[in-house]
Amino acid sequence: MTAALTLAQRELVRFFRQPNRIVGAIGQPVLFWFLFGAAFKDSLRPPGVEQDYAQFFAPGVAAMIVLFTAIFSTISIIEDRREGFLQAVLVAPVPRSAIVLGKLLGGTLLAMLQALFFLTLVFATGKVPFGWEVVGPSLLILFLMGLALTGLGFCIAWRMDSTQGFHAIMSVFLLPMWLLSGSVFPVEGAATWLVWVMRLNPLTYGVEALRRALWLHGAPGDPAVLWGYTAITLLFALAMFAGATWIARKRQTVDLQ
Amino acid sequence: MSAIVTRGLRCTYGERRALDDLSLTVEAQEIVGLLGPNGSGKTTLFRVLTTLLAPTAGSASVLGHDTVAEPMAVRRAIGVVFQAPSLDRKLTVAENLLYQGRLYGLRGRALRARVQELPGEVGLQDRAGERTEKLSGGLKRRVELAKGLLHRPQVLLLDEPSGALDPGARRDLWRYLQRVREESGVTPFVTTHLMEEAERCDRIAILDRGRLVAFDTPDALKSRIGGEVLRITPTDPDGSRGLCAAIAERFDVQPTDIAGEVRLERHDGAAFLPALFEAFPGRIAAATVARPSLEDVFIGLTGHRFREGAEG
Repeated sequence: MTAALTLAQRELVRFFRQPNRIVGAIGQPVLFWFLFGAAFKDSLRPPGVEQDYAQFFAPGVAAMIVLFTAIFSTISIIEDRREGFLQAVLVAPVPRSAIVLGKLLGGTLLAMLQALFFLTLVFATGKVPFGWEVVGPSLLILFLMGLALTGLGFCIAWRMDSTQGFHAIMSVFLLPMWLLSGSVFPVEGAATWLVWVMRLNPLTYGVEALRRALWLHGAPGDPAVLWGYTAITLLFALAMFAGATWIARKRQTVDLQ
Repeated sequence: MSAIVTRGLRCTYGERRALDDLSLTVEAQEIVGLLGPNGSGKTTLFRVLTTLLAPTAGSASVLGHDTVAEPMAVRRAIGVVFQAPSLDRKLTVAENLLYQGRLYGLRGRALRARVQELPGEVGLQDRAGERTEKLSGGLKRRVELAKGLLHRPQVLLLDEPSGALDPGARRDLWRYLQRVREESGVTPFVTTHLMEEAERCDRIAILDRGRLVAFDTPDALKSRIGGEVLRITPTDPDGSRGLCAAIAERFDVQPTDIAGEVRLERHDGAAFLPALFEAFPGRIAAATVARPSLEDVFIGLTGHRFREGAEG
């Protein structure tokens, strides 16, 4: 556990020493939120709910922040491998699961910090009630979403030897996954086949859980649905942690570069 | 207990045998150099000993712990200095050491004390607060060494440790290795492709194309060669083979033709030289007599030059 915390701490220290990363991870989503919120103000109104697009889009932006942070912190696996730091960790008396946990915790904490910064903006607009009954569940969901997405990034990055490869996967897989998670447009009203894709997308449940936790449907809603979706996100996170540990345990030549 | 033992070690990458039936024993506190050209299998052996690679056949152990069955025990026992840098460049020297120590289970006052004393030991006392990206190559190397020694390992594995070092820094490194061996009882195991580095070791294991071709002290290896080594450059650049045959016929010797140069070993090298020039007037452009070097040992053992051994 000390090892995992040490590696997580390193992630945080590194992050704050590279200010351009802070700007990159939070600047774009916030910009999107302002622009899309203003652009679709009256033209896009999700069916059956009294909310404007900016409100609808807010959990999607939070998910985007988490996704971007997850991507940035797992790309650093490839850099750590290239710069050599990783080889020293691999020969330390530390189980692979602790290495995975350290990476996931580091990425998740960074994601939560940035998402929290964004949520402060959302609270400042006054469209979302502020209180522990809102912030508490939101933080839990962001935490699980962070673990899941950083774990997913870990699985992709571990075997890669170039950051370009990761960027390719990001464009064809990770960004579409975010687009089709109910972040940008609601599941209801999409074409039937697309509805199925979105229902099979595990990120959809995190985004919707966050939307419910933030009372963006206008009221607390049914708690069973909120916690059910949160549980699915927990399963998503556990599956990604297990997958990342499994991949990291396999000895392979790519470990040795 | 022996520091390192390998038995019938074999490692294959697909069809290629990187290590073949390698058996060697390194005793505690001796400095052993693993000498071989690039591609001879040094790095593969290094990966096996650091538990990063499981051998295809045979076994390896460090202080009695098998590298496959007990990787954690092996990792605790070894300090590792990689050929490529392993520092976090965004962290300071002290932070790099601190995090390294925590990965090895050190904590609290013991860890802080170690992080404070180590930079001084490797000559970095004033630089502990600096980010490692700002250090020169030689200083970075010292941080690597400090990282490897932080948890007081019994065996220190160094992969090509002085690759990027200038001669002065290389001397410092070796002085320091001698010191930790004597003061802390560390067993340094060094891979190298540099002859002059191998000369400093107690014993040298010579690796060629995955096979151990000799394992002895530098002096014993050199004394295997009888007397002195003559190198003869023929006047005709393509004439080495013919000259080689002619010398063999005329004198009772067994010269070898190595990359356009005729090479032979004689007890009375200097006295033999005039006879040679007399016997082949005009055919010899230059000839040298020298005490045998490790390069000569290598040629004698493998039949080819050190550099030519590099494949893949």
